Amino acid sequence: MSDEKRICLSTSGLTKVFGFGRQKTVAVDHVDLNLYEGEVVSLVGESGSGKTTLAKMLLGLINSTEGDVYFQGQKRDISTLRKKQEYWKNIQAIFQDPFSSYNIFNKIDAVLLDCIRMRGGGKLPHAKKIELMAEACSFVNLKFEELTNKYPFELSGGQMQRLMIARIFLLKPKILLADEPTSMIDASSRATILDELMQLRNETGMTIIFITHDIGLAYYVSDSVYIMEHGKLVESGSADEVILHPKEAYTQRLISDVPKIHEEWDLSTV
Amino acid sequence: MSNVMLEVKELTTKYITRFGEDVYAVDHVSLKVEEGKSLGIAGESGCGKSTLALSLMGYYFPPLHYTSGEIIIDGKNISGMNPDDVRKSILGTEIAYIPQSAMNALNPTRKIIHFIEDVLLAHDLLVTRKDIYDRARILFETLGLPAEVLQKYPVELSGGMKQRTVIAVSVLLLPKVLIADEPSSALDVTSQKMVIKMLRQLMEIGYISSMIFITHELPLLYNVTDDIMVMYAGQIVEKATSQEAVFDPLHPYAKGLMGSIIVPEKGLRDVKLAAIPGVPPNLKKPPAGCQFAERCKYVREECTLHSIPLRDAGDGRAYRCIISEKELREIYAREADKNVR
Repeated sequence: MSDEKRICLSTSGLTKVFGFGRQKTVAVDHVDLNLYEGEVVSLVGESGSGKTTLAKMLLGLINSTEGDVYFQGQKRDISTLRKKQEYWKNIQAIFQDPFSSYNIFNKIDAVLLDCIRMRGGGKLPHAKKIELMAEACSFVNLKFEELTNKYPFELSGGQMQRLMIARIFLLKPKILLADEPTSMIDASSRATILDELMQLRNETGMTIIFITHDIGLAYYVSDSVYIMEHGKLVESGSADEVILHPKEAYTQRLISDVPKIHEEWDLSTV
Repeated sequence: MSNVMLEVKELTTKYITRFGEDVYAVDHVSLKVEEGKSLGIAGESGCGKSTLALSLMGYYFPPLHYTSGEIIIDGKNISGMNPDDVRKSILGTEIAYIPQSAMNALNPTRKIIHFIEDVLLAHDLLVTRKDIYDRARILFETLGLPAEVLQKYPVELSGGMKQRTVIAVSVLLLPKVLIADEPSSALDVTSQKMVIKMLRQLMEIGYISSMIFITHELPLLYNVTDDIMVMYAGQIVEKATSQEAVFDPLHPYAKGLMGSIIVPEKGLRDVKLAAIPGVPPNLKKPPAGCQFAERCKYVREECTLHSIPLRDAGDGRAYRCIISEKELREIYAREADKNVR
């Protein structure tokens, strides 16, 4: 299987250390990842396990202390702003809190127009731009006519998160990094958002990295799962292997602590 | 027949906005919690779960106003009581309330023992420092918290520990009803389990006689409470035992919620998660008929005409839908095969 699949993003010995001396904290500790094209992977860990720090390094938002990131086999170069912007055309993110993801002064049209401009569509005729924006909105079941001239904060949390996906639809990056995209959203709209992300993956073949502490969610969406503990990857493999037959004690504990509905939830283990 | 600890009859409370509009966040809610039982309240954000919890205390302050209905705690009617009296004689002793993110409300400049002192002194219990300390130590040790915690400041404790401390302080005066609003939502799975274990323990030891547990996490509710009540737009739409509510819900909204449960179990990947499109109605101008009609897959013409009463389905079960129990089951059975991923 892995013969056909090409590696999209990989890291070798990626490390991030915060502070120094006695206050030294190793947030991410020599992480080696290999992400294939079109794959959905989940990074699972408790709070403080370094998931978000790793994500920020993959995005190029913070520098790594040690180790390298390889994008499509090449060592990633983000030394200048222009190179960074070039890199961000290939990797995009959806964050946990939709309420703080938008610039409150920009209307929704401006948010989407920005994406078209990033893809080099700045010189397209106005009608074509509207068409593209409407297409993106209908992909996520939002009505573009209702959104024009509105500000993002006039939408509900679920709608904002779907608008984020509409952005991704316009940008069509190679990699999407979703950092707890549904944790602030009600269960009733969670399914819609996950379905839309999966549909996006099927249509464009992008790689999706889910960062979550919700093991159920990781199991539902991903092809392979990585478990993180104190900055280290402790276990990895296909979703069925890792979640249903965990080998490491840490993973076993993590999974046994999640309340379930068909199996008994053993309270005596804490 | 065991003792009824909390009985609520047709409780209605409203918010008055600064433009003078009335928002009925709790709309004719009736419930009953027996001794030794726990009730879970589920629903999406904005459905009135937390307002219900606040209303159950009988302690109203603007913009929340009491409209009608009765709250009876262990035979004592507290609805319409003066807020100061409620605070003095009801809160803490009869009913205790743990608000959402209560652990963040601990004053960082005071030690944990001071919060315990505050509770005891506010209720005019004339006790010496030593008595307070002894009582607190016994309480903490029974609940599996180390006694050193008493001499610590809130910042020295982890989130899970803080939450358990808050719960311990709230049951100090042995309340009959404990209302816990999202007590574990900001915690990781392991601390969450500890909190749940502690709540169970409280019931077993008899520190509390009954519990109301509010959360939007259904798998958790299923494991913690005996009964589940699903709320939508301020109304109860489904009332059943946990087993029935999760595996055999009747109301279309409850059905949708249960279909969106994600748990790391075998078989999860084969089913398609249910999604409920749309948003809850604006309660400033509630729709005339069924509140859920707009988002309901099985909506009929009669649904939007007049308000739907809560229908009794026997054995304490109730649901608020125009379609009969039998017909709903048939519809769900037909749809079950379509849910394959």
